[in-house]
Amino acid sequence: MEFLAKLIVFLPLTGFLIAGLFGRQLGDKASMIITSGFVTIAGIASWFVFGEVALLGNVPPTIHVLDWVTSGDLSFNWALKIDSLTAVMLVVVNTVSALVHWYSMGYMEDDPHKPRFFAYLSLFTFAMLMLVTSDNLVQMFFGWEGVGLASYLLIGFWFKKPSANAAAIKAFVVNRVGDFGFALGIYAVFLLVGSVEIDVIFAQIGQYENATLSFLGHDYHAITVIALLLFVGAMGKSAQLGLHTWLPDAMEGPTPVSALIHAATMVTAGVFLVARFSPLFELSPIALMVVTYVGAATALFAASVALVQNDIKRVIAYSTCSQLGYMFVALGVSAYGGAIFHLFTHAFFKALLFLGAGSVIHAMHHEQDMRKMGGIKNKIPLTYIVMVIGTLAITGFPGLSGYFSKDMIIESAYAATTPGAEFAFVMVIAAALMTSFYSWRLIFMTFHGETRADNDTFDHAHEGPWTIRLPLILLAIGAVFAGWMYSGSFIGDGRFTFWNGSLVTSAGDIMEQAHHVPAAVVWSPFVAMLLGFILAYYFYMRGNDIAKRTAETWDGLYAFLLNKWYFDELYHFIFVRPAFWLGRQLWKRGDENTIDGFGPDGVSSLVAGVAARVRKLQTGYVYHYAFAMIIGLAVAVTWFMVQSGAH
Amino acid sequence: MFFGENNLLSLMMIAPVVGSLIIMFIRHKDAEIENRNVRSVALFTTVITFFMGLDLWAGFDNATAEFQFVEKFSWFGDDINYYLGVDGISVLFVLLTVFLMPIVILASWESIGKRVKEYMIAFLVLEALMIGVFTALDIFLFYVFFEGGLIPMYLLIGVWGGMNRIYASFKFFLYTLLGSVLMLVAVLYMYLEAGTTDIPLLMMYDFDVDVQSWLWLAFFASFAVKMPMWPVHTWLPDAHVQAPTGGSVILAGVLLKMGGYGFLRFSLPMLPDATVEFSWLIFTLSIIAIIYTSLVALVQEDIKKLIAYSSVAHMGFVTIGIFLLNTNGLEGAIFTMLSHGVVSGALFLCVGVIYDRLHTREISRYGGLAINMKVYAAVFVLFSLASVGLPGTSGFIGEFLVLNGSFAYSSWITFLAATGVILGAAYMLYLVRRLIFGDLTKDDVKAMPDLSIREKLIFAPLVAVVLWMGIYPNSFLEPIHTSVKALLETHYPAETTQAAASDTSPVAVSSEGAYR
Repeated sequence: MEFLAKLIVFLPLTGFLIAGLFGRQLGDKASMIITSGFVTIAGIASWFVFGEVALLGNVPPTIHVLDWVTSGDLSFNWALKIDSLTAVMLVVVNTVSALVHWYSMGYMEDDPHKPRFFAYLSLFTFAMLMLVTSDNLVQMFFGWEGVGLASYLLIGFWFKKPSANAAAIKAFVVNRVGDFGFALGIYAVFLLVGSVEIDVIFAQIGQYENATLSFLGHDYHAITVIALLLFVGAMGKSAQLGLHTWLPDAMEGPTPVSALIHAATMVTAGVFLVARFSPLFELSPIALMVVTYVGAATALFAASVALVQNDIKRVIAYSTCSQLGYMFVALGVSAYGGAIFHLFTHAFFKALLFLGAGSVIHAMHHEQDMRKMGGIKNKIPLTYIVMVIGTLAITGFPGLSGYFSKDMIIESAYAATTPGAEFAFVMVIAAALMTSFYSWRLIFMTFHGETRADNDTFDHAHEGPWTIRLPLILLAIGAVFAGWMYSGSFIGDGRFTFWNGSLVTSAGDIMEQAHHVPAAVVWSPFVAMLLGFILAYYFYMRGNDIAKRTAETWDGLYAFLLNKWYFDELYHFIFVRPAFWLGRQLWKRGDENTIDGFGPDGVSSLVAGVAARVRKLQTGYVYHYAFAMIIGLAVAVTWFMVQSGAH
Repeated sequence: MFFGENNLLSLMMIAPVVGSLIIMFIRHKDAEIENRNVRSVALFTTVITFFMGLDLWAGFDNATAEFQFVEKFSWFGDDINYYLGVDGISVLFVLLTVFLMPIVILASWESIGKRVKEYMIAFLVLEALMIGVFTALDIFLFYVFFEGGLIPMYLLIGVWGGMNRIYASFKFFLYTLLGSVLMLVAVLYMYLEAGTTDIPLLMMYDFDVDVQSWLWLAFFASFAVKMPMWPVHTWLPDAHVQAPTGGSVILAGVLLKMGGYGFLRFSLPMLPDATVEFSWLIFTLSIIAIIYTSLVALVQEDIKKLIAYSSVAHMGFVTIGIFLLNTNGLEGAIFTMLSHGVVSGALFLCVGVIYDRLHTREISRYGGLAINMKVYAAVFVLFSLASVGLPGTSGFIGEFLVLNGSFAYSSWITFLAATGVILGAAYMLYLVRRLIFGDLTKDDVKAMPDLSIREKLIFAPLVAVVLWMGIYPNSFLEPIHTSVKALLETHYPAETTQAAASDTSPVAVSSEGAYR
């Protein structure tokens, strides 16, 4: 098991190093085969570990890899901790990563920088694996910032495009705001518990249940402070309302990247973090309430924006944002298993939707605007079928994967009596309706009706090579069966043996109660889904201009949604511009006018026009000053000699 | 111990002096050949010195806080000794100095064409003096090395500098003059008061509390200029901009560390009461430095100025760490100085590479270097990330330790200083975007070749060290532990026990019902 764990984590790193350092010598083909092959082996090994650890319950002890830092009482190492929660993440990360690697072979066919691309993908996979296998907060932070780096590099992969560069920086900096909170959380944990190792923290956190911590001049409930700070980190990585602005822009990266990083894996790291620290969050009702509210608000906000977007990838990006909100709602009401189950199923159907969208974009000669698509379902039938499967899964069609996980969240929100749960229930039901609407809108605008593409593009639209088609089929299988196969283990009767203590709920078992909610609640997501479908059909399939007319009637609201609630404009106005303005003021007025003006420049002008003479005499003065220094030293030396002689 | 134990430190100082003497006598009809010989001798000398440094590191005993490799000879009269030695606080600075020197010589190989002989002599003398600063155990000896080191640096800027070198070197002179005069007065006073210039003895001397404040402020004037701390930092951007690449590397890599080292060697152990009393001043100035200079760095148009301002911000973390007076803070501060020495040195070398090709430091003149200078782009991005403090690189460890140490002291400090981490990412990545990414449109930029073999040779050890320090920092933390522990326990017993006692710590465990 130890060997297997190390293999899983370090094979992708090896792939990155080989393709990154020797990619040009090895050539495209070898680089692609090596990286993809390594991640595929890691993927197969992950499923084995998943079976062993999560299904059979053979949890291995923490594997020590290398000492990292020791300073005073603070000590942490490079180590691999594998429990059920980690095993689930390993499967999600490596499966999707392997499929995306293979898919990219087809998708990036014409790109001249394949070794670099595949190296980045493998680097990302490694960082993500370090994040989920960490046994301490600092290694988790390493993975956390590592995936941020890989995301930065991949969003800016086409670095000639200014928009891609801007998006890459935005992603990194906004994530740093989240990381700021995460780091403060780590310091606070260390101050409270005296350790950053997860097992130690959990063993001791109980005794600090009523402890207070002084933070920014006030005493607060210690665990609440820590939980909220860690949650700020989670909000950044998982693009929750307020720190979400980077995710839609991240669509500047190649589509396989969007599928892997910005849908299936990296953005779920925040969900993983909160779930991992369930023993801590359980001790802070306030933190759980905040998680619930933020998740619910994000679910609705992002879904509302997705209703009107025209770029096929942006629709799916906002959809991801919204689905992450669902997961946080589940976490907030202590249905941790439900959150991770949704993370698991979402990885399949969202990666499927993204890769499907990639297949559409590939077929349409890199067109992403849905207004220039339409009517291509017979041109690329396989893509059409898998996209419909993905849509059915995300909207929660009975029997498909999303149905099990999403309904669990909705029912948990209803069953929960914690603050914010009621609000969350209303929000996620409303968001479910919107989800259905925007998802079917995407299908209808892209595949149905008369085509709006130019003749040339339309005539040449075709399916990609098998490397593109095979991952689509495999993910479609996952999107159909993942829920049905694993709902018993993740959220059903087998959940206690399955999670095996890796997720902790303190008060009551919300998922048990969720199984006994009124029938009206059970049916409500189905009704919302149906309603969304009917509306989308009515708007976009009847061949009339009702969508256009609605937008014109409600033009204020339409503009508000189309412009994403004006978050970007607001942030630009209150953060970006003032920072640059202040920087210029401090530089010109602070440093140059004030400090230099009264300091060296002022002094030199006082010294009888030294500055003027310096300009005339040029280098001569250099030696004068040097000579002055030597004289000064000589005087000092002499004085000391005299003094010490006198002693 | 290949070079013997008894006078290794002296040997390390003598080697570069001998090297510069040899260079002085190199004559040849053909200037080309003469310059080549000069460079070779300089490189050989610094490499030998570097191996001596490795020997020092290998022979250093991590388990003791006593000074090691001690050499002591009577010098002037009875009181002033030629007294050298290293402990855990200084040994790695010596190592940093001798590590950077061969790299600097190699980096000046082609870019320095005029007065090569004098240039190399200046550098070798500077190396000897820098080693002297970090190893001197006599306060007077220290003062001589500390001030003497300014002279070659001053000449390097003034003679081999850029267009505006006179202004820059004048500014440099004026600032350091202010600091050194005050420090000299303090040194004299200490000598008259304690009757000794012996640093280990002075560390044990109990200066009167009122006097401590004045002495502390006098030392502070000198060290704050060296760091540099806000608001006495404005000489640094000008000095960097005008200095030749090698000068910038040593300035950022080693000379700035003398301020931090001075605080650790003098202010903390000799003036403990004043240190506690004035720590608020240090924290305030450091936090202003971090935020202020990060914002200024954001709007710079000149690559070297940007990196110079970022140095001031990084040094803010160092001064915070030093005055936290706890283990994480001190070790983090020392580690940050070492890391910054390597990373900022490397960044200035990166600037040198493109400056040699296009002869401009203006950011907007570049763009799209990732297309025609792939290896260079990778190296530059790596060092930028290290500067930003990405975990896995050297930059992370020190910052993390300092901020962790500060949280126990005051979460306000952590909160405000950590904003520098966000701003750091903004200005560094904005720089990377403008230099490395974007499209390659300008013809002269298109013509720039990627790194040569010599340049790759320069960067390879720096890359290795940055990753080593990030992944396995214990190699560099272990020598530090014992000395830091001894420093805190000897001079700050109150602070050390205070943090452990629950009544003054920011955590209260027993307050039932404060919540829930």
